Amino acid sequence: MSILIDQNTRVIVQGITGRDGSFHTKQMLEYGTKVVGGVTPGKGGQQLEGVPVFNSVKEARAATRCNAAVIYVPAKFAKDAILEDIQNGIELIVCITEGIPVLDMVEVKKALDARPAVGGSSQSRLIGPNCPGLISPGKCKIGIMPGHIHKPGNIGVVSRSGTLTYEVVYNLTIHHIGQSSCVGLGGDPIIGTRFVDVLKMFQDDPDTKAIVMVGEIGGGDEQMAADFIKSYVKKPVAAFIAGRTAPAGKRMGHAGAIISSGDSTAQAKMQILKDAGVDVIDFPDEIPQAMAKRLL
Amino acid sequence: MKIHEYQARDLLAQYGIPIAEGGVAQSPQEALSLAKKLGFPVVLKAQVLVGGRGKAGGVKVVADEADLVNQFNRIKNLTMGGYTVERLLVARAIDIRKEYYVALTVDNIKGDVVIIASGEGGVDIEETAKTNPEKILKFYMHGEKILDERRWALVAAQLFADTRLQMSATVMIGKLVKLFFEKDCTLAEINPFVVNGEGNLMAADVKVIIDDNGLFRQPELSQRRDLKYDDPDELEAKDKGLSFVKLEGNVGCIVNGAGLAMGTMDAVNLMGGTPANFLDVGGSSNPEKVLNALKIILRNPSIKVVLINIFGGITRCDDIASGILTALAQIKMTVPLVIRLTGTNEAVAKEMLNKAGLTTFSSMRQAVVEAVKLANK
Repeated sequence: MSILIDQNTRVIVQGITGRDGSFHTKQMLEYGTKVVGGVTPGKGGQQLEGVPVFNSVKEARAATRCNAAVIYVPAKFAKDAILEDIQNGIELIVCITEGIPVLDMVEVKKALDARPAVGGSSQSRLIGPNCPGLISPGKCKIGIMPGHIHKPGNIGVVSRSGTLTYEVVYNLTIHHIGQSSCVGLGGDPIIGTRFVDVLKMFQDDPDTKAIVMVGEIGGGDEQMAADFIKSYVKKPVAAFIAGRTAPAGKRMGHAGAIISSGDSTAQAKMQILKDAGVDVIDFPDEIPQAMAKRLL
Repeated sequence: MKIHEYQARDLLAQYGIPIAEGGVAQSPQEALSLAKKLGFPVVLKAQVLVGGRGKAGGVKVVADEADLVNQFNRIKNLTMGGYTVERLLVARAIDIRKEYYVALTVDNIKGDVVIIASGEGGVDIEETAKTNPEKILKFYMHGEKILDERRWALVAAQLFADTRLQMSATVMIGKLVKLFFEKDCTLAEINPFVVNGEGNLMAADVKVIIDDNGLFRQPELSQRRDLKYDDPDELEAKDKGLSFVKLEGNVGCIVNGAGLAMGTMDAVNLMGGTPANFLDVGGSSNPEKVLNALKIILRNPSIKVVLINIFGGITRCDDIASGILTALAQIKMTVPLVIRLTGTNEAVAKEMLNKAGLTTFSSMRQAVVEAVKLANK
């Protein structure tokens, strides 16, 4: 098994006719992902790599029964692309786009959180934005990660970074340690899915035996993850935190300090994760050894 | 993007939030003519984009002309956080009776805009937040872009005993909310928000930060960036789509992705070297970016080696390789180049570079060890 996506996931690509959208559509198809359609307003009726292009998500949804969407549109159009998916009931939205204004994401977050339980109709989960996407090796890849570095297996990988995740996955694979799913959460302040959400899915997934998390300086997600691991996660967890040599962050008036909780340096995060029983490693290529040790 | 207090005051004025009358001066003569118009006493405030101006002596109330000239010259010669003072704000001194704090910012975890307010405004607000958190009131916008006055009234009632002040604060904060959303702010902070001698509320100091990602739809504000506060190389890098931060070491780094770029710096450090910079060429990179990155990095005279660490995803290794080859044809390299490429189109890229006589690594550890060895030679 795997989390979030598998061989039955039916994906549409928003921005399919752009440089990145078309390149990665081809890559996803080659990997075996069921890319069932694309959306570029005004280009409906065309074909790209044999994939039909539609003018809107609504048309694409009706024609293809897609249940996931991946977004490669420019930042200024990304909010509308995500909202269109939410309105049309797309279950999983993966937003690759970087540079989306934070107040656009506030609007997106509100639409995502308008679930039936609170009188809304949202049934969508968002991964990203500003993320590499996610992959369940051998089954489905949605995003921009190079498929060939992955290998089917039972390690769950969750990360705030893009390329650093590839580094970690690559090291697992060359040591013959496969992955159940790898999820890139994205580097923006407001993201749809956080460490705790994915940690819970991995803990609940019978085919995931251990978890690797890749964090970085800034924000409070690793602290929240550490608390969650202590209370919920029974599987072994290893972590790598980037940014020990990064210069101290810039201050944001007093409000930033009032609203953020605690120390967000790499060192503080490493300590807090260690205290939660996580194996915190120093170099990405030490992850396989840490995993092997914990799985014996 | 941070803007100066005098620029943020313009925004408040534009939205009808009361501020003390005043203007900005670059010379004592300008300050004097402003002061005469306003009437003494006036307050002089250094316009620098660093915190703690008051504590550094950059804020002073002056009572007469001689005092103004003396203090103006003194403040103009101060250096704060490494920056000289170019301009001073000259404003009518407010007879402050009570100080409050009010700010709008984004709570990233909740994904919502929050108003933070306190009856204990002033420079020690962060201390108050730690020692007396109950004195800090938080009001979440619940995704709305206009102030829900009915819900806010409960907060206003906790801040002000006087119903007239409650109503007046509600109107002003409604305007601040409008400003925050319309100008793509990540912070709009009035501290202190004061009651003056006439018993009216007004903003005594204001800090505004604009979301860099929102600048594309804020053409007027994007022109207000004070370029002095950015390193020229960092600005040029930004202009070319690179993210660059200069550091103290001697291993120049060119990496794709912020996480891997930080990871590479950490690795250089772990192996006994010192990174000279953070440089993220970003995703979807075209060959041009590598050329620009190399040009910027090589300006640093401390550089002993350049380490290129690329893990191809949306960045294609062959784009990077052709960027390296173009760069080498144009730039005379004075330091060795250590190249590590893995990921999308890796094989093509390696073939291109190997044909040109360059060796490449697949392992990050090997490449970092090699780069540190060359730097420490």
